[in-house]
Amino acid sequence: MSEKEPLFSPKNRKLIFNPLSKENPITVQVLGICSALAVTVKMKPAFVMSVSVIAVLALANVIVSLLRNTIPNRIRIIVQLVVIALLVILVDQLLKAYVYDVSKQLSVFVGLIITNCIIMGRLEAFALGNKPWASFLDGIGNGAGYGLILMIVAFFRELLGSGSIFGYHVIPDAWYIKNGGFYENNGLMVLSPMALIVVGVIIWVHRSRNRDLIEGK
Amino acid sequence: MKSLRKQFDKLKPNFEKGGKLAPFRSFFDAIETLFFVPNTTSKSGVHIHDHKDSKRLMIIVVFAMVPALLFGMWNTGYQHFLSLGQSVDIWTSFWYGFLQVLPIIIVSYAVGLGIEIVIAQMRGHEVKEGFFVSGMLIPLILPVETPLWMVAVATAFAVIIGVEAFGGAGMNILNPALTARAFLFFAYPSHMSGDAVWIANKADGFSGATPLAEAAAGHIQNLPSPADMFFGFIPGSIGETSTLAILIGAFILIYTGVGSWKIMLSVGIGGLVMGLLLNALAVNPFMELPAYYHLLMGGFAFGAVFMATDPVTAAQTNRGKYIYGFLIGIMAVLIRVFNPAYPEGMMLAILLLNVFAPLIDHYVVQANVKRRLKRVKVKA
Repeated sequence: MSEKEPLFSPKNRKLIFNPLSKENPITVQVLGICSALAVTVKMKPAFVMSVSVIAVLALANVIVSLLRNTIPNRIRIIVQLVVIALLVILVDQLLKAYVYDVSKQLSVFVGLIITNCIIMGRLEAFALGNKPWASFLDGIGNGAGYGLILMIVAFFRELLGSGSIFGYHVIPDAWYIKNGGFYENNGLMVLSPMALIVVGVIIWVHRSRNRDLIEGK
Repeated sequence: MKSLRKQFDKLKPNFEKGGKLAPFRSFFDAIETLFFVPNTTSKSGVHIHDHKDSKRLMIIVVFAMVPALLFGMWNTGYQHFLSLGQSVDIWTSFWYGFLQVLPIIIVSYAVGLGIEIVIAQMRGHEVKEGFFVSGMLIPLILPVETPLWMVAVATAFAVIIGVEAFGGAGMNILNPALTARAFLFFAYPSHMSGDAVWIANKADGFSGATPLAEAAAGHIQNLPSPADMFFGFIPGSIGETSTLAILIGAFILIYTGVGSWKIMLSVGIGGLVMGLLLNALAVNPFMELPAYYHLLMGGFAFGAVFMATDPVTAAQTNRGKYIYGFLIGIMAVLIRVFNPAYPEGMMLAILLLNVFAPLIDHYVVQANVKRRLKRVKVKA
């Protein structure tokens, strides 16, 4: 090796920070929508889900990147799936061991990380053609981009739908109609269509701030 | 009128480009065109103009709603005093209802027009007239007990998500007033159904259930007489109770050519057909209900006359209008009878068919194209 690239060269930093906004997996590439609708009723499960996806994506990227020269091209999808499934099962067991109640709430959606398009997409598009360290950063970046949107959606849905943030009540009890006030939680926020609408609004705001993201006709 | 025109002319320079109040140009435009037909002319080609621009059309729809509105105000007072067991004269009832309904109308218009004006200013186009009608429709389809801040939130949701996100009035897929109603229905169900919300400050112990709720619960013997339901002496949303007042509105709409009689008629037929079909099955008391009851209960008539005919969201082709209306009638009765959780099927039926209207139009047009192509081939 003639020149050694620093660990956080500008190019590597881009791998982490681009997926947060300009190449966001949810709002720009529109991947992984299913779980974004399902786990964002409360912030706590959304947070655990985000961390799980970051972990699985980063590690899967590294493993596939290490194997990239030995995987036969024709069976690469099945190899990737085995790697992802292995990591998801590990994450699932860890969640069950340490945060059982959240794991209960997430139920099948942890298992469904296996089919999350973001992960397959990054393995195919990035890890198969790049070195492990770069792949690791790409995994962290895309997982964080996914988690960022999840947390924003969950914040609004929990605040307006349940009147709390991370399980702590922030709207004074005296405001509620049953206690003689005027306020009522918005039941629509708890239903999944509202997650879609919130994601839509985020996309709307995001694109009107970054005009170059708007597709031509 | 002359002096008014003079006033407008005097103020106008302030609002033009470079004027002191230029940021409020669209607001001024909106007020000016409300009073005077705009004198802008087309710049190219030959156009046929008549005096009916869309502002004039919208005003006619608002006029057509006035009978339902006035009756709704009176009925609000009537139901209130009825629940208290007092009998008062017409004007006391009307005045009481007027004071209950007026704040809802003001909030709906203030929030909706406020958002419209801000967005028109941001995008640099003039204020569209669509909200004239929606702003009046929203109060008429709400229970009188709806808290005002909920009216404000729902109106904001309908205008921003239902209309502006799609590109403004005229581009929306869903009827804005029904979007607001559906938002409230799913967000605050305890304020949109049940028997406590339909009568203003009702006495405890007085049943305030609407005929639809009674029917859905299977209490057919509690239903009011068909005449009561036709004239509207029943609890319900503010403007929907009196089928008679709505028919007067329908007459105005049809006479002036603003509303489509094809849609109104086919909605009614659809409801009747489905009602008769259910009569033939008749496995529970709700199904045995005479089919014409469905046309009198709940928001069926109001939806058919004022909601389904919304020119933006309805089907555009003539044959499409029949299909669209007929399916609304069928779906409304279907949802009412088979899903007791959603007593008001009319709202959901119209929203559903709003979504399908472009598809219906597409196939009607395609069928026509195919038919005419065939004719060409035979000749050749």
